[in-house]
Amino acid sequence: MKEVYNPPTLATKALGMSYGPRRVIHGLDVELPTGKVTAIVGPNGCGKSTLLAGLARLHKPDDGTVLLDGADIQNLPSRKLATQLALLPQEAVAPEGLTVTELIRFGRQPHQGWLRQWSAEDQRVVQHALGAAGLKNLAERPIDALSGGQRQRAWIAMTIAQQTPLLLLDEPTSALDLGHQIEVFELVRHLACDHGRTVVMVLHDLASACRYADHIIAMCDGQIVDQGAPEDVVTPALVRKLYQVECTLLTDPDTGSPLLANVRRAAPEPA
Amino acid sequence: MKALTLTRRVDTRTLIVSLLTALVAVSVVSLLIGAGSVSPSRVVAMLLGADDADARFVVWELRAPRTLIGLAVGMALGVSGALLQAVTRNPLAEPGLLGVSAGAAFAVALALVLGASAATLRIPVAQMGALAGCLCVLGVARWRGVGNDPVRLVLAGAAFSALLGALTSLILFFDQRSADEIRFWVIGSLAGRRLDDLLAVLPTIVVSGVLIALLARPLAALALGERMASGLGHHPRLIRALIILCVALLVGAATAIAGPIAFVGLVVPFVARAFVGPDIRRTLWVSLPTGPLIVLVADIVSRVVVAPSELPLGVLTALFGAPVLVAVVRARRLPML
Repeated sequence: MKEVYNPPTLATKALGMSYGPRRVIHGLDVELPTGKVTAIVGPNGCGKSTLLAGLARLHKPDDGTVLLDGADIQNLPSRKLATQLALLPQEAVAPEGLTVTELIRFGRQPHQGWLRQWSAEDQRVVQHALGAAGLKNLAERPIDALSGGQRQRAWIAMTIAQQTPLLLLDEPTSALDLGHQIEVFELVRHLACDHGRTVVMVLHDLASACRYADHIIAMCDGQIVDQGAPEDVVTPALVRKLYQVECTLLTDPDTGSPLLANVRRAAPEPA
Repeated sequence: MKALTLTRRVDTRTLIVSLLTALVAVSVVSLLIGAGSVSPSRVVAMLLGADDADARFVVWELRAPRTLIGLAVGMALGVSGALLQAVTRNPLAEPGLLGVSAGAAFAVALALVLGASAATLRIPVAQMGALAGCLCVLGVARWRGVGNDPVRLVLAGAAFSALLGALTSLILFFDQRSADEIRFWVIGSLAGRRLDDLLAVLPTIVVSGVLIALLARPLAALALGERMASGLGHHPRLIRALIILCVALLVGAATAIAGPIAFVGLVVPFVARAFVGPDIRRTLWVSLPTGPLIVLVADIVSRVVVAPSELPLGVLTALFGAPVLVAVVRARRLPML
């Protein structure tokens, strides 16, 4: 069984959002390439998570719109939106003792109703999600007994079971060591490359973004500095602007993606 | 926590069938002993056809209504505890500790002083009091930002409940008429309650039952966090508001009949979770028979420990429940809900 999605387009138009009184992002126009992995990068507090929250309709924008297939997502019924777009918030916590299968079953909720209870189709999708995330052997384990990488894969498996063409991840690897990060990134690539999903993830690590994203949106101070393919966007000047560090850019001989080398603190700008 | 994850989960259906069997057995025992000096053998003889007017009166007019009321009160309190714990994501939440029961009791006392008659208005007044009490505690907790710390939320609730309890006592102290009317009620007991009261609260119990059935799935998703629940297409605020309304209706109803009974709502979901894990849908199903089981057992004990007089049920649950709360708080860490 192989599902291939044909995702709707997701874009923002002059999007402005605030957290309380603080204006976090303003006038953002982005268009997310369908069926590709997009990484939103930038320094802490640049508004990248806020943008993701806006795309997922977790926060209402002050002005501008988020467009799903050209229609304002504010007007979509929540259930309908949840069948189009799955979201994995940062540091999601499962109640203690919940097993992997139980967690993944939650992904079927948007497809269920008061009259439509658990079905054979739901069961099949859950099994598929377990397999896709490589969790078949851990199906009955409690989430809290898993390693960080397995846990994150279980959460992603839940969003797989949601069967949405769009997948939004907020720093999916922030608390993981290198090996576990690779586990998660390879799963994410598989979901996009082999199933045609549009994946958008907020990342604080520019190097992983270069390696695993097809498209990068670089943000600073609530605005977009540049967006495009990693090899076009990532330049020493961009790195300096985002993180105030100098670096030398190399090209990965195996993948052709940009590599950051000799990263060091930038000299203070001349007054 | 280790114990929870290591015990093999019990099959929910088997568990519920066993609990229901136990509940039937306990209900029969509740008809057989205590509350009136008619021995079990006389009851059995009467049930087998012996002409015994005393026994018939005691069983059908005293013990049967009391048992039915115990079933209803137990269900309402057990389910409310499970709901309140799920909605606050706090394993210590309990109607008696979050101002729900105290709010109901205070509202009834206040209404009596203001001239209402105990018979007519008690139920809606208790339910409104329950809602107001619960909202006060949750509101203060949110406003002061203590909502995320289980123990501090319960402290805030306990302080508020104590305040309301003191005000209730004050009202009864100064108003002799209402004191006579509700002195026995305010302690919390199943003795001498009328079946009419149960019939009167039945509609609200049914309404909340239907609401809970419709909300169980989104409520379960709320355990994954507000953002996750939104992402799954639910409306967390609406769910919370409706669940708190259900809790107020149920606890208000139970309190209107039996008076404030603490700790049942704390213990029942704890027991349920130990058997079936954290999913609120299964916890609710298991709480449904566990609540009445605990209440009926406690009520039977309350009839026999100091026979021929009785210990009020509210006193008994507090005697057993308070140490449970202390033990739970002292456990190294609380389970995350």
